[in-house]
Amino acid sequence: MKLPDLTELAMRNLRESFLRNSLTTIGISVGVASLVAMLSLGIGLQQLASRRLMKSGLFDTVVVSSRRDLRGFGHDEERNAPTPGESRILDEPTRQEIERLPNVLEAYPDIRFITELRYEDKPHMTMVAALPESAKSNDAFESLQGHYFSTDTAPEAVIQKAFAEELLGKAPKAGTDETNVAQLAAPLLGKELTMRYAQREASPSPALPPLKTAEANADFSGAAYSVVSRELKVKIVGVADLDPESMRGPTRARVFLPLKLAESLHVMQPTDLREISHAVSDQPVYSSVSVRVKNPSQIRTVEDAVKKMGFNTFSILDATRSMQQFFAVLDLFLGIFGSLALAVASIGIVNTLVMAILERRREIGIMKAIGASDGDVKKLFFAEAGAMGILGGVVGVVLGWAIGQVINLGTNVYLKRQSLPPEHFWAVPLWLVGAAILFAFIVSLLSGLYPAGRAARLDPVQALRYE
Amino acid sequence: MRIPGNPQASSTSGSTAIHAEALCRHYRMGETVIRAVDGVSLEVRGGEFVALLGTSGSGKSSVLNLIAGLDRPTSGTVVVQGRDLAKLSREELAQYRLRTVGMVFQSFNLIASMTLAENVELPMRFAEVDRTKRDALAREALTRVGLQARMNHRPSELSGGEQQRAALARALINRPQLLLADEPTGNLDSRTGTEIMNMIHDFNQQMGMTIVMVTHERALAERYAQRMIFLADGKVVGDEAAPAVIANAGAEGARL
Repeated sequence: MKLPDLTELAMRNLRESFLRNSLTTIGISVGVASLVAMLSLGIGLQQLASRRLMKSGLFDTVVVSSRRDLRGFGHDEERNAPTPGESRILDEPTRQEIERLPNVLEAYPDIRFITELRYEDKPHMTMVAALPESAKSNDAFESLQGHYFSTDTAPEAVIQKAFAEELLGKAPKAGTDETNVAQLAAPLLGKELTMRYAQREASPSPALPPLKTAEANADFSGAAYSVVSRELKVKIVGVADLDPESMRGPTRARVFLPLKLAESLHVMQPTDLREISHAVSDQPVYSSVSVRVKNPSQIRTVEDAVKKMGFNTFSILDATRSMQQFFAVLDLFLGIFGSLALAVASIGIVNTLVMAILERRREIGIMKAIGASDGDVKKLFFAEAGAMGILGGVVGVVLGWAIGQVINLGTNVYLKRQSLPPEHFWAVPLWLVGAAILFAFIVSLLSGLYPAGRAARLDPVQALRYE
Repeated sequence: MRIPGNPQASSTSGSTAIHAEALCRHYRMGETVIRAVDGVSLEVRGGEFVALLGTSGSGKSSVLNLIAGLDRPTSGTVVVQGRDLAKLSREELAQYRLRTVGMVFQSFNLIASMTLAENVELPMRFAEVDRTKRDALAREALTRVGLQARMNHRPSELSGGEQQRAALARALINRPQLLLADEPTGNLDSRTGTEIMNMIHDFNQQMGMTIVMVTHERALAERYAQRMIFLADGKVVGDEAAPAVIANAGAEGARL
């Protein structure tokens, strides 16, 4: 029998016992709905988590440091690497080289220094760090009071909440609620900070003649520079609530400057002292470079490429991996729970079809007597099971989507009451829609396996005798 | 009376259409074995109208089911149009039922949820006849049995005679060479019964279609069949030409 005929006959048979078949189909719908609801919750949560983590700037960033920096991270990979003394210097040309690697969005130097800032003539010591334009989207600045740097070279500063408290002399009391950032920001925004820093200035001629030893290279020429104390006035344009550098622990900065501005200051870096005994070009040398990758999944490739260049790298790759693992397990469990209802529904299909065989015993006998093959009868029951599966699948997806919307809405109402920003943690991707319907179809066909086989094997003589 | 569905004219008229040899069909019911058909041998020539006669339980319907390919013999052979049914696969047997034989039953066996047109169309669906042709063929077949006005009615809305006419239209829609009728008038009053028998008789006479009819009414057999085979306890107990045939032969003999 041809497929259109099969479909037509199947639909006609389904209409014949409308109530029973509708109830069975609703059973499948509920099963599919619970599956879709569970999985879309899992997918939505995963998307939410990775969206959050992406914004944190931790998961798409590789920190590159020179192997000369003995404080480098993971030492395991370095065993076969050249000794620190032979390693490459992390300077501006290298930074550009890294930036040209595939999948790299940007590579910017980590400029950070401890210095003194004066606010209303009172000195405050803190770590100052430079931030690139792209850090604007970091979720630490999501609830930024004021605004981010207007340009990459503007003499502006964004300060962290804790530093703002220090400037205002408001130490948070233990046990009380945290101070409101807006209250802190109000008196500070637009005010000036005077920053004192040590500028490194290249000397026109070496201060000392090069050492003359037997082993020394002929072209050895030590670098020479002078250190000059400078002052810069910066305007406070923003106060950040969250700590954008929370992962850096004790070295985290509390005052941030635009990257290009910070670069132009040529502040003495800790590495400068170390490099002084080496041939140094007039190019700036960095203690570390942060590399932002286009997609967290490419972190490993980029890390490997940078390692090949002879540098140490660090990323929170392992953390993402365990997160993915967690969500895979979560999805699996949600999927299993969701499938339970579908499993129950599939028993409903078996029941309905077995009942249909008993009821339509005579009809099956007639069909066989007038020339239906076992295959025709089998296909007919399969078609009925499949039609219920597809119908149930479609209705179930709509139902599951609706349940998701309602829960999402409800949760956002709750979040709003807690004065938290709304979140979209429910996602029904197109593939899930297709997969759910396909799954319902396959489960239905499997459920139809036994009844269809039984109907096909029916002895026509006995079936015709049956009244 | 015209013939529905243009059954194939039997080209094998006079040759052997059905040949059964030591045909047995035994059923096991618990400890006892029921010998429904017990060593039946018979031969039906193409174009012949044969009546299988016997009381209920004589095995006449079982023989018909074996010829129809609805059942398989326990032993013995049944060869129809040159095909040994016992050797056909289930699929081949279905094809045989679909294309070689047409069947009508005492209880009509129309599918209750389908209209007459759909019932008549059903064998064409199994035969994968083109959808566009099916409608016209079903309409034509029903018109030939005088049911053109009842096409979209369900069987329950029709009289017994009308239902049996529709069943005949369905049996002949795939142009079989053989029509098997199991007590076709059993559920009909005598007037509609006669009507149906006249129709079947016409298929035999005009198209040369081979007909095997099971009945317990000797009068019916004598009136329409050419040969009567008597069955009792699953065995053939008599095989004789019907009186009408004898009379005809006598008349022909007298003329000569």
